[in-house]
Amino acid sequence: MQDSSITTAHRAYWRANLRLVAACLVVWFACSYGCGVLFVDELNAIRIGGFRLGFWFAQQGSIYVFVALIFFYAWRMNRLDRRFDVDEE
Amino acid sequence: MSLQALTYLVVGASFALYIGIAIWSRARTTGDFYVAGKHVSPIANGMATAADWMSAASFISMAGLIAHLGYDGSVYLMGWTGGYVLLALLLAPYLRKFGRFTVPEFIGDRYYSRAARIVAVICLIVISFTYVAGQMRGVGIVFSKFLEVDVTLGLIIGMGVVFTYAVLGGMKGITYTQVAQYCVLIFAYTVPAIFIAIQVTGNPVPQIAFGADVAGSGMALLDKLDDVVTSLGFNQYTAGTKSTIDVFCITMALMVGTAGLPHVIVRFFTVPRVRDARISAGYALLFIAILYTTAPAVGAMARLNLIETVQTGPVGAVDGNLEYAERPDWMRTWQATGLLAFEDLNGDGRIQYYNEANPAFADEAKAYGWQGNELVVDRDIMVLANPEIAGLPNWVIALVAAGGIAAALSTAAGLLLVISAAVSHDLIKGVIHPGISERGELLAGRVAAAFAILVAGYLGFDPPGWVAQVVAFAFGLAAASLFPAILLGIFFKRANREGAIAGMLTGLVFTYGYIEYYKGLFLKWAGAPWGENVASNWLFGISPEGIGVVGMCLNFAVAIAVSAMTAAPPRSVQSLVEQIRLPRTFDEGRL
Repeated sequence: MQDSSITTAHRAYWRANLRLVAACLVVWFACSYGCGVLFVDELNAIRIGGFRLGFWFAQQGSIYVFVALIFFYAWRMNRLDRRFDVDEE
Repeated sequence: MSLQALTYLVVGASFALYIGIAIWSRARTTGDFYVAGKHVSPIANGMATAADWMSAASFISMAGLIAHLGYDGSVYLMGWTGGYVLLALLLAPYLRKFGRFTVPEFIGDRYYSRAARIVAVICLIVISFTYVAGQMRGVGIVFSKFLEVDVTLGLIIGMGVVFTYAVLGGMKGITYTQVAQYCVLIFAYTVPAIFIAIQVTGNPVPQIAFGADVAGSGMALLDKLDDVVTSLGFNQYTAGTKSTIDVFCITMALMVGTAGLPHVIVRFFTVPRVRDARISAGYALLFIAILYTTAPAVGAMARLNLIETVQTGPVGAVDGNLEYAERPDWMRTWQATGLLAFEDLNGDGRIQYYNEANPAFADEAKAYGWQGNELVVDRDIMVLANPEIAGLPNWVIALVAAGGIAAALSTAAGLLLVISAAVSHDLIKGVIHPGISERGELLAGRVAAAFAILVAGYLGFDPPGWVAQVVAFAFGLAAASLFPAILLGIFFKRANREGAIAGMLTGLVFTYGYIEYYKGLFLKWAGAPWGENVASNWLFGISPEGIGVVGMCLNFAVAIAVSAMTAAPPRSVQSLVEQIRLPRTFDEGRL
């Protein structure tokens, strides 16, 4: 509480983190629940090779997206940690 | 060398490896015992998490389950992977920063309440025992099937091995054993999958073969499968039968439940830094995804293989079905285990396999002279018999046995450790005897682990009828109790003791009550289940498997409302929340 500039920087860091988390969760939701569950019938009309697209998202695509999302988040957070000088050494 | 001798050799060698690792990495401090001294590299932790997570059910049963369910099986694929995104983004880094040993410890400190900690311990123990009973049963079954020993003897051998490395090595021993177990199980899973993919489509990568043409037919695998299954009265493979809201809720309950499972969360306490916790979740999911993207491909190809083996000609043609006398060798072997059964209902000496429960197909079947489905196949065969169906060499079959055992042992060990940590650290040190010495606590941890193994062994030996049903309960409970409490503890500074306890109890009671009402868990003697478990009775059309989501929402709502109406948490707790949000540790005064 004494050093208000640090608190402000930390608040900004937290807000940036929340924005990043929210963006990632939108993608997370859209790929699994969106493409794989809610709009699966519509997407099944589209074919990619031997797959119907909605079915592919439900049994393959969403999992690939999950993996990519975590690595993306970890990479962006490491940058954010350094930018706000809150990283571990 | 005979298959039997080879299997003993491969499984024996894998056991020697696990025990060797355990002796090399035995625990000397409570830090080693609970969180492997926080020295585990993110990649090693990723492998250990993957082995911890993928149980006998994932290894043996999942592909068969998906083969049976088709699109509806997607809830398990997405549900058991998507939770890692929640873990990586919302829980793991902050809990690692908190930097203690157990999940109940976080809840107790964050909500400055011994009662909250005890509620969390109770949730943890119920969830973990539920799980571990199924694992021990899996160990016994794999032993009896592949080593042809009695299920009970198999169980005792399995308990002995887990006992050695869990009690001796604690988290440190378990972690490095799980790394080895991951390598064994993923190798054992992918090798037969690659061979099957080549046989069915000519493409060696199962994930690509899944969308490729069936060799020699010019037709995509999934289209062919849709054709074949519908012509026998089954539901179309790529379409579902469950309502959208139910698929949505089950997937969500599994995802959130995954993120709330204590034995998964605690794995992220073992890495050195916050940034390692984030990336380690990525590695964990990557290693899990190798199996989880292979499983649906294996399921689809195995289903097609099975049907084409039986339905050799056009549906309805007199000679369109396999003659019983000419059934392949693998059918004979599995018939001996009772997992595959045949009964010639219409006495034509041929095998008819179709969906007799479909009323729309009944007339057609009658016209063909079929008098009921004649082949009953246990779903677990899909993975276990794959090497035989594909005609692979014996060492691959031996490897699958070792892989199945590795999957079951690694999950059981991880679960037993969180149970023992909850008892020795949260109950004994935290509540009953806070002055206990380091050595005393380590001893208590080992005794608790040994005791937990005995209880788990007993549950596996004589599983109460409800074991299979309570798995849904374990996920629902984790989703409705632990997950919201941890999440609010990190992201909602105003969340206080009163809110957390009220929220956890609400989520718990609601979820438990709903499942008990429709499925019956512990109150069978009092007449449960009271409601018929059909879609028209369910709340909003949500099945008991998915109801944890509603429990979670109730937990959030109650926790936030009660917190807002009662006193804010003390300053020290608020600054704890500030601290766990930042990777680096700052002095109290500067926050």
